[in-house]
Amino acid sequence: MMKPKTEAELAGMVGAASGPLHVFGGGTRPVGKPVTGEALSLADLSGIVDYEPGALTLVAKAGTPVAEIEAALAAEGQRLAFEPMDHRALLGTQGTPTIGGVVAANVSGPRRVSVGAARDSLLGVRFVDGSGRVLKNGGRVMKNVTGYDLVKLLAGSHGTLGVLSEVSFKVLPTPEAVRTLVVHGVTDVAALDAMTRAITSPFEVSGAAHLPGDDPRVLLRIEGFAGSVAYRAGQLTSLLADLGEISEIATPEDNAGLWRAVRDAEALKDRANVWRISMTPGAMVNGLLQALGDDARTYILDWAGGLCWLGADGGPEALHHRLQSLVADRAVNAGGGGHVTLVKGDAALRASVPVFQPEPAPIAALARGLREKFDPKGILNPGLMG
Amino acid sequence: MEMPAPNPKVLSLKARLVERLHQVLPADAVIHEEAETRAYECDALTAYKCPPLCAVLPSSTQEVSDVLRICHDMGVPVVPRGAGTSLAGGALPTADSVILGVARMNEVLETDYDNRFVRVQTGRTNLSVTGAVEADGFFYAPDPSSQLACAIAGNIAMNSGGAHCLKYGVTTNNLLGVTMVMMDGTVVEIGGAHMDAGGYDLLGLICGSEGQLGVVTEATLRILPKPEGARPVLMGYDSNEVAGQVVSDIIKAGVLPVAIEFMDRPCIRATEAFAKAGYPDCEALLIVEVEGSDAEIDEQLGLITQIARKHNPVELRESTSAEESARIWLGRKSAFGAMGQINDYMCLDGTIPVSQLPYVLRRIGEMSREYGLDVGNVFHAGDGNMHPLILFDANKPGDLELCEAFGADILRLCVEVGGCLTGEHGVGIEKRDLMVDQFAPDDLDIQMAVKDVFDPKWLLNPAKVFPLAASEARRAA
Ligand SMILES: Cc1cc2nc3c(=O)[nH]c(=O)nc-3n(C[C@H](O)[C@H](O)[C@H](O)COP(=O)(O)OP(=O)(O)OC[C@H]3O[C@@H](n4cnc5c(N)ncnc54)[C@H](O)[C@@H]3O)c2cc1C
Repeated sequence: MMKPKTEAELAGMVGAASGPLHVFGGGTRPVGKPVTGEALSLADLSGIVDYEPGALTLVAKAGTPVAEIEAALAAEGQRLAFEPMDHRALLGTQGTPTIGGVVAANVSGPRRVSVGAARDSLLGVRFVDGSGRVLKNGGRVMKNVTGYDLVKLLAGSHGTLGVLSEVSFKVLPTPEAVRTLVVHGVTDVAALDAMTRAITSPFEVSGAAHLPGDDPRVLLRIEGFAGSVAYRAGQLTSLLADLGEISEIATPEDNAGLWRAVRDAEALKDRANVWRISMTPGAMVNGLLQALGDDARTYILDWAGGLCWLGADGGPEALHHRLQSLVADRAVNAGGGGHVTLVKGDAALRASVPVFQPEPAPIAALARGLREKFDPKGILNPGLMG
Repeated sequence: MEMPAPNPKVLSLKARLVERLHQVLPADAVIHEEAETRAYECDALTAYKCPPLCAVLPSSTQEVSDVLRICHDMGVPVVPRGAGTSLAGGALPTADSVILGVARMNEVLETDYDNRFVRVQTGRTNLSVTGAVEADGFFYAPDPSSQLACAIAGNIAMNSGGAHCLKYGVTTNNLLGVTMVMMDGTVVEIGGAHMDAGGYDLLGLICGSEGQLGVVTEATLRILPKPEGARPVLMGYDSNEVAGQVVSDIIKAGVLPVAIEFMDRPCIRATEAFAKAGYPDCEALLIVEVEGSDAEIDEQLGLITQIARKHNPVELRESTSAEESARIWLGRKSAFGAMGQINDYMCLDGTIPVSQLPYVLRRIGEMSREYGLDVGNVFHAGDGNMHPLILFDANKPGDLELCEAFGADILRLCVEVGGCLTGEHGVGIEKRDLMVDQFAPDDLDIQMAVKDVFDPKWLLNPAKVFPLAASEARRAA
């Protein structure tokens, strides 16, 4: 296994490689088509390079453990606003999640609805392309439109366009107080109603999730200064009173545990196969979940209904194709936008189905064209994204 | 500013081109008489002018596609145009190009409050997007100062920001999907109303690509519920260092204002003379705005003024009414106009790490004396996006060149301290030749490789973004 300690060493290894490389950070997120190739681990390219709390910016090498970054930020009362998911519980993987892995998979948590995704907090990247060139884009300042935005392109490219060596982020202060309103006994439709009312109100929620099942409930998180949190909790409670009984979760520890479970899709961890579905909340509940009917199996909704984690134990191929075609079906999803990704499945399954939502021909051609430019030798996680 | 020599072959095709454009567009949508093409000879960077070969004003995505197919077929360069308010010369024509203006495409196509989006044609102005949804309690967050005039098309191409982006982000953070026409006429849909890309984030790549990857005809935009209220506080300080420290302390205290605006003495004096907003005559002035219900605003402003007081302000004025808020914003909003009263000015747009603020302001002051040109600074302090305004006299020979040299030095300084050439206005032609100061040749090469994929013949928005020498081989191919 190759394990570069510096960016220059990394560039040398990629430049000299003639066969496929399997690039990974902590190895906790084996998403995508299985890759066969020589292992290239970024774990030793690690450490926080620069952190300016007064400017809300942090720069770290790609292999830096997420936990190390979160600890450094917590010491200054700050955090990664987009709340990156930890995939280990869901996927049953071991290892240490790295910040480069978060970027490569554009991993965001429940706060995605209020502060954006990982890519929205990402200010700059340094990476090594498939020819072994060290490249940079963006920087470490919050506003930057100098040249094309390859920062966004690299986020979520799963190591197929370049091997990330350094990333810089905008971070945010951790609010003084947090509270969660729990609306009990809701159907999917009522849950959508509750989440929609909350997120379209001026009372800013930083998380809106629905956990169906025996004790179906909607969770609405409110964060900020104590006075403001109390005020908004009161306003939202009156706004939602007709939908069901409402209780509150007020301690920081209880809130942290609750939202970690949503973030990490813990409810699905015993399912053999898990899919991640992104659509508008309306199309998700009134279109997709309706169409699936009793086949909806185990699922939870996050992002005010815009994200569904769906798990099942049998017949994964058929379900996979059904999900991907339902999302593309205008009768189910009038707007047409959205995607289904197989997140959890054994290598054989991942090898046999399109893990990522198939794209229309002209878009697929652009993706292929970009891959050929960034990785002319075709050695960076080849085939992972198609 | 050097521009590539017009291609004589393309110039000679004009009659045939106009004839073919007439086949796909109504007569009044093809502008080719020399007197009329002058209307498109520049954008808001008026120092540079060049009438295009002709201009077209299509009314639909289909018409845009027809136009591009013809131009592609005939090898004619195309310069997309929104409202022409670019300060970077992003919409400057070349003599052998067709201006493709989307101004006639200004409809709202879909409004969906439950799913929090609107879909519009991109010729629609920024402010009228909010206008279409505000009666129902929503708004579109990115708010460039030019929002009355500028179009969503240009906002997407430049990834424009505004005063409130500290909290809400810039265009790219509020853009969900686009319909785009490729140079060969192919229409593609990228993104939608859902969140995040399924494959590569092409939407993020297109936003900020300055009209060089495709012509964006429709956009799906995130809309947000309007906050209950907003109120600013104004504070004046005796030194830029202290004001910079206040900004940093506010941010560290965990308050996230929607805006933190900074003005220095030359700018304060100019706006006072012009707008009479009653600003104190001091070294540095801050306007900090927060949002929420009355009680929430009080809670935040309480914290902010507590921090402000610790640093001995020469003035601290908290707004308690809509009228006072308007007065506090009055000077800031008329800053550009005020500087324009004194003289011609050039507006720069570099970004620096916030911690470098005092040093950079000091250096700009020194350079101002060396160049003998006055400069006022007004900027978004929370995110380090500076707008130095350099005053010059366009009628005085050599003054524009001097001003440009001074501007370039300021932007190089921004890069040197860890910032960048442009925070929200874009590169255009204005900062094109400075790109080599921020990027190594390989960094530029990989960006140009992206253009190779989207526009292999390099016909879209020629001579922008990349130094001509760097792109020469590709343009010639
Ligand atoms: C007084 C003043 C204040 C300003 N304040 C701000 C500010 O606060 N923040 C800020 O960010 N900017 C500001 N600007 C700059 C300018 O308004 C923005 O860059 C704006 O987004 C340009 O929009 P436009 O529609 O006028 O675009 P244009 O000037 O017409 O074009 C800008 C660029 O977009 C490309 N383009 C246009 N239409 C399309 C299309 N359909 N598809 C693809 N590419 C296209 C053009 O080729 C060009 O490169 C200001 C300008 C002025 C004059």
